Amino acid sequence: MTTAEKRNLRNGLAFCALWFVGFGVFTLYPVVASLYYSFCDYSVLQAPLWTGLDNYHRMASDTVFWISLKNTLVYAALALPLGMLVSLSLALLLNTGVRGMTMFRTIFYLPSIVPTVASSLLWLWIFNGQFGLLNWALRPVLGIFGATPPTWFSDPAWAKPALALMSLWGVGNSMVIYLSGLQNVPQELYEAAEIDGANAWRRLWHVTIPLMSPVLYFNLIMGIIGTLQTFTTVFVMTGTADGNPARSTLLYALYLFSTAFYDLRMGYASAMAWMLFVLIVGLTLLATKLTEKRIHYAG
Amino acid sequence: MRWLLLSSLMLVGCQEKLSNHKVHVTYWDKWSGFEAEAMRQTVEQFNRSQDKIVVEFFSLSGVDRKTLVATAGGDPPDIAGLWAYNVYSFADRNALVPLDDFIRSEGATPEKWLQQYESVYADMCTYRGHVWAALCTPSVTALHWNKQMFRSAGLDPERPPRTLAELDEFAEKLTRQDPATGAIVQLGFLPQEPDWFAWAYPLWFGGQLLNNDQVAIGTDPRNLPCYQWVESYTRRIGLDRVRRFASGFGNFASPQNAFLSGKIAMEFQGVWMNNYVRRFSPGLEYGVAAWPAAAPGVDQFALADTDLLAIPRGCKHPREAWEFIKFIGSANLDARREDQLRGMELVCYLQGKNSPLRQWSPFFEQHHPHPFIATFRQLARSPHAVHLPKMGVWLEYRREIDSAFEAVRLLAKSPAEALAFCQNRVDDRWAWHRQSLQRRQTASAGVSVSQDADRKSTDAAGDHRWSGAGSGLYTRIRTSDIGPTP
Repeated sequence: MTTAEKRNLRNGLAFCALWFVGFGVFTLYPVVASLYYSFCDYSVLQAPLWTGLDNYHRMASDTVFWISLKNTLVYAALALPLGMLVSLSLALLLNTGVRGMTMFRTIFYLPSIVPTVASSLLWLWIFNGQFGLLNWALRPVLGIFGATPPTWFSDPAWAKPALALMSLWGVGNSMVIYLSGLQNVPQELYEAAEIDGANAWRRLWHVTIPLMSPVLYFNLIMGIIGTLQTFTTVFVMTGTADGNPARSTLLYALYLFSTAFYDLRMGYASAMAWMLFVLIVGLTLLATKLTEKRIHYAG
Repeated sequence: MRWLLLSSLMLVGCQEKLSNHKVHVTYWDKWSGFEAEAMRQTVEQFNRSQDKIVVEFFSLSGVDRKTLVATAGGDPPDIAGLWAYNVYSFADRNALVPLDDFIRSEGATPEKWLQQYESVYADMCTYRGHVWAALCTPSVTALHWNKQMFRSAGLDPERPPRTLAELDEFAEKLTRQDPATGAIVQLGFLPQEPDWFAWAYPLWFGGQLLNNDQVAIGTDPRNLPCYQWVESYTRRIGLDRVRRFASGFGNFASPQNAFLSGKIAMEFQGVWMNNYVRRFSPGLEYGVAAWPAAAPGVDQFALADTDLLAIPRGCKHPREAWEFIKFIGSANLDARREDQLRGMELVCYLQGKNSPLRQWSPFFEQHHPHPFIATFRQLARSPHAVHLPKMGVWLEYRREIDSAFEAVRLLAKSPAEALAFCQNRVDDRWAWHRQSLQRRQTASAGVSVSQDADRKSTDAAGDHRWSGAGSGLYTRIRTSDIGPTP
């Protein structure tokens, strides 16, 4: 290594040093510590005492743990496909060459930069069973069929669908990613398909979707990670750590939080966090396995 | 610019020097708005009353979680204003300094010191044989009824329901629905509005939540009728109609509050309610009475609660913290003018609450801003005034009770099913907690021998900095602090 190379290496490491310290103190140490605590009786206020696999064994018989896991999976199953469908549809619409497109893109992206707490409180009123904007709009339509709109967050059967609908508010981020992906689809492929007589639907199915598959895969993985960790929305909207009504919105992260900070069972909460990690890794691997033959990387 | 900077630095330096001879005590509490202002004025009164200590008051949201993290980090406040259930939970984890030694240093015994307070409040300060916290502002919950709505329904506005049967009967008479749609427009009473006291309903029905340190929610036969009564309201009014009506209630602290906006005629509310009446619905004609008798021999039932001041382990100035706690816990019982109110009476007067002291000054008694303060005082003295069960897992227990209550009122589970689920769940959590305490007791017994010399220096009454988490706190666990494991 020459003197100049050594100097460059030293400078490079010096520039990275602060990041290494931050990463070590704020990410690596807590991650490793939480793994250790997951095998301990640990309340935060006292030293951890090693209990082996006790926390993991308890999880198997913890009924509320299973309720929270089921709620989270149901919520993810509703919110994830819905979010991907809506964000892709919006991206397709915003990729057409109509006038004022920049303004439309900005408008559709704006909600995703509104703080979650503020938007949650706003949506609480939109979903209000008696005075909510949504039911105000639905009431006359459903009235034709003699039905009444649901009371959303007051009804255990409708609370999770309401959460999934609300999650659409933040599709702006994935929409932008889809938009960038759409702009990378070569125009000549559309032209060739058009010459071959392909209609809009066939062009979407045989050209756009295959060429967008890496982007779809990316958003799927990010969506799995995001939906399984949903916390703020339910914490703000239900106002409790119990996932009202009747534990129908008790998501995994909410139960983990109350276990750690209200019940002072940080060891058990750490074990829950690691189980969630395993679940996310498992679902990510499953998604990768199921989609590997359908993802086409251009070039 | 440089001149400005230098002047500022000098000013800060002088300020530091001026206040250097005083010990600065940090005090965290949950208050906001006018309640925080009331405490701030009381803190200022303390600061003016002597020349050795300056209490710095910080109003925080989530004070329990912040105190938890700060204590674990070894840098807690000197005084933490906690909810009662926090105190038992923290005490179980050896995170608080017991006050017994401080009380003894005043020449009193803990028992004698606590006798100055109404017994229902005094009892909340003790746990496992120690005094862990001192009283701050208390509350009592009572039946509040809207006199105007009573009059409109043909009921005597001065005659609240006295029994459970009367409560149900009056509730029926006070219920109104839209003749065209059948939708509820006014309810006489709704057990879940507000749902803060649902955990106390079994006690109101004469049942028990703890029986000789054993969870009793599902085993005490008197608790089942209570939940059947809760269920009866939903069945009588109709699940969908209740949901639709209740979803229109606004936040508690708003003019859309169900009671303040005339949607509900009777509610169980605390002494604090008058502050919200004055703010959001001035002129509301209402009355206050004991909870209607729901069980034979249980009349004048009331639910008492209090905010507690505790000294977290690891704080810098426990002795000075005690001086402030002592000040807040006392009053000038000869006060005849507002400016003569002191300590407890000042903060309770400004917050519109009753004083937990047995003795009240003439001014506090006669000029209190709450028109029904005498009723609350009487209820706090009632032999049937109850408080939350003192256990380290109360928050979990309460959450399970609330969940059972939710399931029953939403007809998702039968009362018997909900209580059985709750019993099993809390039994498990309680056993787990006790197992954890036992484990720590065993571990600390081994450590305490080697730490004997070190322990002698930990004088709670001295200005000693208790070591925080990560260092000495863990090794200074004393079996006497934990107390006997049940």
